[in-house]
Amino acid sequence: MSILKKILTSAAVATALMATTAAAENVKIAIVVKALGIGFFEAANKGAEEAAKELGDVEIIYTGPTDTTAEGQIEVLNALIAQGVDAIAISANDPDAVAPTLQKAMERGITVISWDSGVAKEGRQMHLNPSSSALIGNTIIKLAADNMPDGGDVAILSATSTSTNQNIWIEEAKKVLPNYPGINLVATVYGDDLADKSYREAQGLIATYPNLKAIIAPTTVGILAASQAVTDAGLIGKVNVTGLGLPSEMAGAVESGATVSFAIWNPIDLGYAATMLAYNIKKGATTEAGASIPMGRMGAATLDENGEAAMSDPFTYDKSNIAEFKSIF
Amino acid sequence: MTSPASPSVTRNVPDRLQSSFTRGVRSWEMLLLVVLVLVFSANSFASPYFLNVWNLSDATFNFTEKAMIAFAMAMLIIAGEIDLSVASIIALASTAMGLAMTAGADTPMIVAAGIATGVACGAVNGVFVAGFGLPSIVVTIGTMSLFRGISFIILGDQAYTNYPKSLAFFGQGYVYWVFSFELLLFVLAAIAFYILLHRTSFGRSVYAIGNNATAAQFAGLRVVRIRFILFLLTGLMSGIAAVCLTSRLGSTRPSIATGMELEIVTMVVLGGVNILGGSGRILGVVLAALIMGCVTFGFGLLNVPGIVMSIFLGLLLISVIAIPRLLAHKFKRA
Repeated sequence: MSILKKILTSAAVATALMATTAAAENVKIAIVVKALGIGFFEAANKGAEEAAKELGDVEIIYTGPTDTTAEGQIEVLNALIAQGVDAIAISANDPDAVAPTLQKAMERGITVISWDSGVAKEGRQMHLNPSSSALIGNTIIKLAADNMPDGGDVAILSATSTSTNQNIWIEEAKKVLPNYPGINLVATVYGDDLADKSYREAQGLIATYPNLKAIIAPTTVGILAASQAVTDAGLIGKVNVTGLGLPSEMAGAVESGATVSFAIWNPIDLGYAATMLAYNIKKGATTEAGASIPMGRMGAATLDENGEAAMSDPFTYDKSNIAEFKSIF
Repeated sequence: MTSPASPSVTRNVPDRLQSSFTRGVRSWEMLLLVVLVLVFSANSFASPYFLNVWNLSDATFNFTEKAMIAFAMAMLIIAGEIDLSVASIIALASTAMGLAMTAGADTPMIVAAGIATGVACGAVNGVFVAGFGLPSIVVTIGTMSLFRGISFIILGDQAYTNYPKSLAFFGQGYVYWVFSFELLLFVLAAIAFYILLHRTSFGRSVYAIGNNATAAQFAGLRVVRIRFILFLLTGLMSGIAAVCLTSRLGSTRPSIATGMELEIVTMVVLGGVNILGGSGRILGVVLAALIMGCVTFGFGLLNVPGIVMSIFLGLLLISVIAIPRLLAHKFKRA
């Protein structure tokens, strides 16, 4: 009886000790996504878990509402605040509606950052963009130039002539063009993000510029249509299509060779970087403008005056990794 | 199967009223109370964070706005009607608040704009249903798209965000200690609707119409007017909920409160209101609101994915409705 009692007591004490040490050591970081069951965010969670493993003393809580509503996210946030998590990293369904709840979280000492889809400035300590306009502009030119050792003509197939994002990226691309000698930008055309119009514009480019070596499409619709046009014209290996695309849509083009490589943000890296940032800010990193916060293997994030930072160049997808990513997003 | 020839099997016609004690113990509300206590205790054991007044206070926001509308919806459903446009009324009322704010109105005017829009939307539903005699489910599915559509036309992908600080009180303020303004509104609304439904002749008329509208008409009840008032009430409560929600979110987007109408109807049905009309009580709806709030918050604390929560609520709804009927069936045969 007494032995049993002793064993039970020591077991209870041991459990209690283990529980308290675990609770005291682990930094609980909540990754809040727009909705559960979306491949992009599941991939981000993989990255978060990778960061947690690397840091050692981190527990990831991956959560989000069933539908992409702000109200659902607020219910999730309230539950996280109640549990006293150490940090929240959110991809918001609404930049404004979640802000009051996140302010409450910050008042209670919780570190709050947003990533992917941002939160209004007063509702978070920093926001992590997957990339920046300058980095995207440079990447799309670089992807084309990398496969043109002898230089040559390239053309851009964009969305609409009034698409804000695309126009900024093209502007940035033109700025870095002098860095790539031999690359000659001959035209910029607009497919209006319609599959058939983009296809016809790509056909037009091929017909008009016989020396065309590459079509750069910084839009997921355009890149897909252009690679189809190149395939149909039998010009695989002569005209390379590149730009920004989704791995799930571009897998066929990469496998056929119409597209050697293309770029888009990598959700795994994004989840990894967000976790690293949340951890480091929780551990005392400052979030003032100009501050540089380390994010593990992704380098460091430098905050601008709005508390925003860009993670990295868009991630390049080619034959070596397309199979892995096409099932993710 | 019992033998059809058995003389003891007759139609189940009550020949005397049960004592109020038996009625209380056997009632739907008692069952809900048991479920609530079970859910509450289970949560207290499952998470060390559950029994904390501030956490519980935060959790009340999960249901207060929905419950305010659910009270009015309960009366509407008892009267044999339904309003599926309530969430869209919130969207339009919230947009009206944003418009008022943009036009330079102060907080009382912004609140008035929200509530007035809610009542106006209720009046639109009322005119079509009560006035023209159209089926409420068809009319309110139509206005569900209409009201939110107007909100989308006005706002597009934009949002109203710069609400005055003083507006935040309605959705984020506390009256006393942990008791929020929304919780106070919830309690006041519960009392008001309890009195209206159970202590006034208006309430009795609602039951009469739900059981047999034609008979109620012949008995001299002003059916059209009562139906119209019920839609006005639902609009009014939706307007009040819109003020609370807008204040809590600090912003308006046309997608605000998407899908809330189904949660409200679930709350009403779980509360024991007959979806076909004719019966139901406010106390049941109050308990159903508390149960749903408890389940949502408790599961959230355990980081249970939302879809599991929906499954649990669905099962709860089905079992709470099925079990008493199955039991009653069994007892009758025994």
